[in-house]
Amino acid sequence: MISSLRPSKRRPQPQLTPETGSQVTAGIKNFELKRNDKYYAWLFLGPSLLVLSIFVFYPMLRTFYLSLFLTDNFGRPTVFVGFQNYVNLLATKSYLASLQATGIYVVGVATFTIIVGLLLAAVANQKIKGIEFFRTIFTSTMGVSVSVSAIFWLFMFNPSIGILNKLAVGLHLPVVNWLTDPHWAMVAVIMTSVWMHLGFTFLIFFGALQSVPKTLYDAADVAGTNSRYQFWHITLPMISPTLFFVAVITLISSFKSFGLIDLMTAGGPTNATNLLVYRVYRDAFVDGNYALASTESIVLAVIIALITLIQFKLLAKRVNY
Amino acid sequence: MGIELRGITKAYEHAAQPVLREVNAEIQDGELFVIVGPSGCGKSTLLRMIAGIIPITAGQLAIDGQVMNGVPPKDRKLSMVFQSYALYPFLDVAANVAFGLKARKMPVAEIKKRVTEALEMVNLTKYRARKPRELSGGQRQRVALARAIASDAKICLMDEPLSNLDAQLRVKMRAEIRELQRKLGLTLIYVTHDQTEAMTMADHVMVLNDQQVQQIDTPLDIYNHPANHFVAQFFGTPQINLLTVKAEQQATHELRVDSALKVVLKEPLALGTYTLGIRPNQLIATTVIGDTGNAQVINVETLGEQTIIEAILDSGVPVRIVQAGQVQIDIEQRIEVTAKGAAFIFDDHQQLIVEQGGITDDQLVTAK
Repeated sequence: MISSLRPSKRRPQPQLTPETGSQVTAGIKNFELKRNDKYYAWLFLGPSLLVLSIFVFYPMLRTFYLSLFLTDNFGRPTVFVGFQNYVNLLATKSYLASLQATGIYVVGVATFTIIVGLLLAAVANQKIKGIEFFRTIFTSTMGVSVSVSAIFWLFMFNPSIGILNKLAVGLHLPVVNWLTDPHWAMVAVIMTSVWMHLGFTFLIFFGALQSVPKTLYDAADVAGTNSRYQFWHITLPMISPTLFFVAVITLISSFKSFGLIDLMTAGGPTNATNLLVYRVYRDAFVDGNYALASTESIVLAVIIALITLIQFKLLAKRVNY
Repeated sequence: MGIELRGITKAYEHAAQPVLREVNAEIQDGELFVIVGPSGCGKSTLLRMIAGIIPITAGQLAIDGQVMNGVPPKDRKLSMVFQSYALYPFLDVAANVAFGLKARKMPVAEIKKRVTEALEMVNLTKYRARKPRELSGGQRQRVALARAIASDAKICLMDEPLSNLDAQLRVKMRAEIRELQRKLGLTLIYVTHDQTEAMTMADHVMVLNDQQVQQIDTPLDIYNHPANHFVAQFFGTPQINLLTVKAEQQATHELRVDSALKVVLKEPLALGTYTLGIRPNQLIATTVIGDTGNAQVINVETLGEQTIIEAILDSGVPVRIVQAGQVQIDIEQRIEVTAKGAAFIFDDHQQLIVEQGGITDDQLVTAK
């Protein structure tokens, strides 16, 4: 180290000024720091590694381990069965139905959240008197907890006293048994979930719309385009990274919808809203079948990972500018 | 296509003062018309009203003889270049240039031809497939120019197009824009805060300040015959010296700042207070020995071909003097400041009333 810093004899000797002297010592100090860097790195990583290991890595490995066994009532592994649990699970009709219901729910929630959220953001982005009030209102669902929103949507869905059916009567439309009809139950939970996601989605979209430079629209005005053309050819491409972000976040979060289902339908009627996460919960903590629940967890994790991967692959090219 | 502004005024509901008052101007077909002024003077607002992006509160705008108030931007047959370039980051260079043409549903072959020609004109053919973020500032600027060229509009509006570029590139782009404008026969309205751009590019200059037009003239006429204090100070670097003087005798032929610094007038002036405007190159600094002289040097900038001397007169008033060549002079040196003779005299309403000397031989030289 030291010898390499010494000026070579072939080159003219640089003057030994205080500056060059300090450069040499600085070089040695850097070298010393580099050896210490490793220790520091582990030191800084330590706390989060510890926490992640206890609460994420270990449960994950343990879940996978359990999915390879049959378990007793206390969740202890008894007989090793290899991947038989997976084979059985994927041949279970009700599980496949859950898979389908989850697909409908997730796609429904993500699609409507994005469309409605974008619409609200577009409205809030207009310069209208008193629009600040609506901006606050649109954001407000962020501050409402799952349980509270589930409860008051339950009231609205109530067949006899709920406001939705009263409106339907007023408009001479047929009355709907929101939470007891298998098809409408799915619609009801999707509506509630969309409503819950709206605040956050609105806020993100609103921010994205605000950050599109105004001159892009001025330039398009001069070029002779109308506002619809500008929405499709300027606004959408400009906010496409945000659109992608919201799509991923909403998809993943609706895959994990649990509280809402538990409070509104408990998976019913006739398993119509028995989504994957809720199914895991029931199999493990109601029926005590931990091996089955572990297997379902792993399948769910793989599905989410795959979908996220596909989204990134598919959209990364198109949204990246 | 000529443009006429008749009493154009812009006011916003909530503001007590209008942001632009009674702007009148006539812009000739095929000329480069520069609107210049300090930030906040309303120059961009005026340009945006001409473009149709914001409505005109009062007055009349006519393009090619037709009143354009309330006509949407797309029907005004003009193009615009923005300070931020307003390029679409998700489109490549060629698609950016083609944006407006596509929106107008022009035939594909025609679009292709125009884009290729426009990119050729600004030397960007090699970069047609690049995204704006892969270009340098100057190249982005040229994409914006190409977009204006491709639109084939005969009127082009530019809103401080060069202010995001570095000094050297600005000089180069100045010449390129001027050349393009001549080649295409564009009527170009160019907004800037930079008096150098106004001086070097314009056929005619409109000077805006305080929400009003101060003067409309050719660059040299503005420099040689500034209508008021503001215009005199805005044009010319270093800034003109404005010195307050009193004419103490009726019909005096001499305006004195102090015993050494004075201007002899051809026409007598009435009693009163005047402002004497003397360009820095119309002052002479002579070094003196000891405590004599009438000023003390506080700063010297040697630029090579000229030297700028800042001094404080004994009356406390700062003056700037420009001497040709590299003058050896020290800070805190005593000097005597005298006037060569050329000067502007403004009344107490800051309006020009007398020009003394005018263009001198060292200002205007006939090329041989």
